[in-house]
Amino acid sequence: MGQILLSAVSLGLLWSVLVLGVYVTYKVLDIADLTVEGSIVLGAAVAASMIRGGHNPAAATIAAFFAGSIAGLVTAVLHTKLKIPALLAGILTMTALWSVNLRVMNSANVSILRIPTVFTAFTNLGVSKYAAWIILGGSVSLLLVFALYWFFGTELGGAIRATGINKNMVRAQGINTDTMMIIGLMISNALVALSGALIAQSQSFADVQMGMGSIVIGLASLIVGEVLLGRRFFLVRLLSVIFGAVVYRVIIALVMEFGMVPNDLKLFTAITVTVALSVPYISAAVKQRAGARDGGGHA
Amino acid sequence: MLKVTKLIKSFNRGTPNEKLALDGISLVIRPGDFVTVIGGNGAGKSTLLNCVAGVFPPDSGKILIDDADVTRLSEHNRAKYLGRVFQDPMMGTAADMTIEENLALANRRGTRRTLRWQIQADERKRYKEMLAELNLGLEDRLTSRVGLLSGGQRQALTLLMATLRVPKLLLLDEHTAALDPKTAETVLDLTEKYIKQSALTALMVTHNMRNALRYGNRLLMMHNGRAVVDVAGEAKQILEVNDLMRLFERSAGEELASDRMLLAD
Ligand SMILES: Nc1ncnc2c1ncn2[C@@H]1O[C@H](COP(=O)(O)OP(=O)(O)OP(=O)(O)O)[C@@H](O)[C@H]1O
Ligand SMILES: [Mg+2]
Repeated sequence: MGQILLSAVSLGLLWSVLVLGVYVTYKVLDIADLTVEGSIVLGAAVAASMIRGGHNPAAATIAAFFAGSIAGLVTAVLHTKLKIPALLAGILTMTALWSVNLRVMNSANVSILRIPTVFTAFTNLGVSKYAAWIILGGSVSLLLVFALYWFFGTELGGAIRATGINKNMVRAQGINTDTMMIIGLMISNALVALSGALIAQSQSFADVQMGMGSIVIGLASLIVGEVLLGRRFFLVRLLSVIFGAVVYRVIIALVMEFGMVPNDLKLFTAITVTVALSVPYISAAVKQRAGARDGGGHA
Repeated sequence: MLKVTKLIKSFNRGTPNEKLALDGISLVIRPGDFVTVIGGNGAGKSTLLNCVAGVFPPDSGKILIDDADVTRLSEHNRAKYLGRVFQDPMMGTAADMTIEENLALANRRGTRRTLRWQIQADERKRYKEMLAELNLGLEDRLTSRVGLLSGGQRQALTLLMATLRVPKLLLLDEHTAALDPKTAETVLDLTEKYIKQSALTALMVTHNMRNALRYGNRLLMMHNGRAVVDVAGEAKQILEVNDLMRLFERSAGEELASDRMLLAD
């Protein structure tokens, strides 16, 4: 049991980097970006291929980060310059990335078993595999939280946040909303690819299929974090993203422990997200109906 | 200051729904002019302001602001010249951001957004003072979300944002139409105060004839995408609602008998 929780927490921390990326598009820019499903694989593919090719794992991880930002750039250009709806733009890039990822890996998967990764530096010190994931995943995501907190407090970051809220107002203040969307989508997918690179190194392989369902996992984690920590200060909200990613993994580990078969996992996650997304709407509708009833009673 | 020449703008061109919104309107506005704009529904008032602001490009014609040809300039690139307040109180502010963040966004209108901290300490002091002048108690709520404010408070804030960085031209499109009469009056007085204070040039669209007469030094009446009445100075001062009605009927004909223009308030 302890081992299961440990593995869940460490996996959650590696995924929390992806969830931070999803936060940038879904919460800040207010779009659902499906590029994620392709850019997580892109990050994994770039990192694994480079490591296999003898490159420094840290350099490979950074390269994955930049590769992801290019994927984000493509989606952003499709959306802002060619006026393709955001959802569709993400689907197009995701689809194209499938082929790109196969080309990067030269096959459907790349194994880096027994090749040093970014985690090796830690395991060489004698700590366990999971401890290495927790140390590195935790410090990367904490660092990113502070970086994002700083960035969204700057003039540029503020303009990006405003773009996700009210584009009319932002244009009236002389800000190019297209540029803001581009920067936001590039940051988001860079983080997602970075997460993919870390995940690939933790599991010692990259696989072209590993992105499937990742956007829903990201959303589920966001929701879990929001439910548990609420919508407080920006810094707390960012921290709740990490928290949500970890708790989500723990929940999954527990339901598996209680006998859910892995094949049902995606169904379970989809239902959870559906319920969480519809609760505000349903409770508002119920309240409204109750209100109408009260009003009728007075008449 | 603002020079509009033979501006034509149609919507849904080449379809059965084609609508000529601006029909070759020409206009010269001098520095310091405070122009009130009236006209029936669909007269083209909003379209004129939106063309000046660059929300959409005109089909033909020219727009000059201070001798700079802005006709083909994108909306965000000409924002440096313009302060704008919209009819919808939701439209001028970012609801999920704080009052000071909104002000800071407006305070940098037309400048490059850098990686500097978005609100500097000295700015905060200035915002506090300016908010205090609104008399709405907002000076103690710098870090409140704008979404929590009432419509009137939001319009007052938007007005402050529009003038924080002195614009060459202030564009107001029925900015008090969504407010209750008393709040509308407050916001209108504030508008006049700001315009006088910084000697702003302004275009103010209104559906209220009395306000159109009471405010500004010049009055423009639009109909079918053209300016049909343009009076300024003393000639405007002596106008009364009845005169406006007569002018309106003469230029626009009987078809307007049922228009909402007839409601003086
Ligand atoms: N985005 C648009 N698409 C299609 N038609 C439009 C659009 N905007 C305005 N129009 C049409 O152009 C004409 C002029 O509209 P405009 O909004 O400028 O009128 P207005 O004088 O502001 O009227 P109101 O007093 O009702 O605000 C109207 O017939 C309107 O239906
Ligand atoms: Mg209008």
